[in-house]
Amino acid sequence: MSDIVLTGVSVAYDGEPVVRDLDLTVASGEWLSLIGPNGAGKTTILRAIARLVPFRGEIRIGGRAVTELSSREVAREVAVLVQEPQMPVGMTVSQYVLLGRAPHLGYLGKESSRDRRIVRDVVRRLALEDLASRPLDRLSGGERQRAAIARALAQQAPVLLIDEPTSSLDVGRQQSVLELIDQLRREQELTVIAAMHELTLAGQYADRLALLVGGRLAAAGSAAEVLTEPAIAEHYHAQVKVIQMNGSGTAVVPVRR
Amino acid sequence: MLGVKVRAGPALPAVLAGVPRLRWGWAAAGCAALLVSCGIGVLVGPVHIGAGTVVQALFGGAVDPGQANILWSLRFPRVVLGVLVGGTLAIAGAAYQGVFRNPLADPYLLGAAAGANLGATLAIAFAPGTSVLGVNIVPLAAFVGAGAAVAGAYVLGRSVSGLRSATGLILAGVAIAAFFNSIQSYVQQTQTSSIRQVYSWILGRLVTAGWDDVLLILPYVLLSATVIFLHRRLLDALTLGEDEITSLGIPVRRIRLIVVVAATLGTAAVVAVGGTIAFVGIIVPHTIRLLAGRSYRVVIPLSVLFGAAFLVLADTAARTIVAPAELPIGVITAFLGAPFFIAVMRSTRAAAL
Repeated sequence: MSDIVLTGVSVAYDGEPVVRDLDLTVASGEWLSLIGPNGAGKTTILRAIARLVPFRGEIRIGGRAVTELSSREVAREVAVLVQEPQMPVGMTVSQYVLLGRAPHLGYLGKESSRDRRIVRDVVRRLALEDLASRPLDRLSGGERQRAAIARALAQQAPVLLIDEPTSSLDVGRQQSVLELIDQLRREQELTVIAAMHELTLAGQYADRLALLVGGRLAAAGSAAEVLTEPAIAEHYHAQVKVIQMNGSGTAVVPVRR
Repeated sequence: MLGVKVRAGPALPAVLAGVPRLRWGWAAAGCAALLVSCGIGVLVGPVHIGAGTVVQALFGGAVDPGQANILWSLRFPRVVLGVLVGGTLAIAGAAYQGVFRNPLADPYLLGAAAGANLGATLAIAFAPGTSVLGVNIVPLAAFVGAGAAVAGAYVLGRSVSGLRSATGLILAGVAIAAFFNSIQSYVQQTQTSSIRQVYSWILGRLVTAGWDDVLLILPYVLLSATVIFLHRRLLDALTLGEDEITSLGIPVRRIRLIVVVAATLGTAAVVAVGGTIAFVGIIVPHTIRLLAGRSYRVVIPLSVLFGAAFLVLADTAARTIVAPAELPIGVITAFLGAPFFIAVMRSTRAAAL
């Protein structure tokens, strides 16, 4: 089980509160998208769950408090896909994906043939075989995103945290990346929490949305419940038209003022 | 726990293309370069000694006592010391570059060399000829100075920029080096009687190399190289972003500390016997990156071999060019290294390691 429970979680950077007293529950196998205006604390919540930033309150993954786990144990539970993964110059796709096995190795350990097999299967699954020996700096934007997802999958963690997976991709690539993550989630039974900017896509791919404003939870529920014209006007200061598309989600369309 | 399902089937060898490893060809080339440079280092000198005589001397054959004496008390220890100093400077440079993710990182940037120089200058100026437990105080003082400089840079860098930035450390190292250099210059100018001695120290000298120097640094150098070698895979991981490394459960702080201590130990040891020999830690690892690949799995072992070969050759040049006088070896490495440094700076301006 890899359900995630946040209880009274607060995070401050240099004394400045960013997330305030947040309660949030994500069921095992669920996809929750965090939405909210810039600076609402979306990324910070992901960083707190992965224990990349100190927090007050309690975060439990599969019943275990993350503060009681070693950083390697956390890494075996939670894989993180950062917004702009750093792609080391000259590093090959294989080597990069192989780094995802780090939480399963001893401090100075060497990858076993099992680790290599897992990486090979992940590389195949993401159709990166032909690019396995290619340096990361010679990949296209979409290929890089796939390499980053592969690295996260190689971790074999049941929880996947994703920060803005679609920023800087065109609409076709946005769709294919989100479809891919959704397929992988079903195949691997992953629990996914994604910070999302694009509201329509956020609503289409998530089971549930959580709207954050100023580090607090303003609303949570299905896309139809959370994405309302008054809520978006109030929190994003945006004038939008919300359209319910029978069975294919909730579209949020900006309307010129 | 659920994860990527590994396909059932016979346990085939895990073939995974594109994982860097040290190729036999490169390892052989490194060994060959080292052998050839050592051969040259032993054969070149004011007294002609043939290759046959050298082989006989090495394997206990009958050799003219005068020639045997030249080989065993002058040339062999000098070449061995060159191997240790060159290999250590190159591997320490590569290690600093990996830990600080800065292609220009080397013992200078961290203040290690400045610290060693200050320690040595203070010892030469204020306690000449003193020894502790039979060891000359100058190398010991250099050792203490290098350690103090790096520790200072580490602490200052952390307090200034925290753990999320590697640049703070480098700036702190530069500040520490400038501070130590200013004190060193002051001491040097006010203690005119020891200026010449201080200069020859700072520019580096393997002139007086003997087996006692080899034995003095051998344990430190071996320990330093072993620790860095064991961390070569982790140095590759450090090229990721800070959040990504941490989210993989890799203890960044611990790795930084251990590798920095190891590299500084090695640097201080070789600065203590060889003086300041600049740029080896930049020239060698970068040339290897260009030719053999950027992974530390390749760069670290090859740096030892080619660094050793490079320094033995540079030392041979230093004692040949103006024979019968000798150039300080630091002059040779700086002459080759400074233009190289500029070239690296220009080519890696945008590319982070």
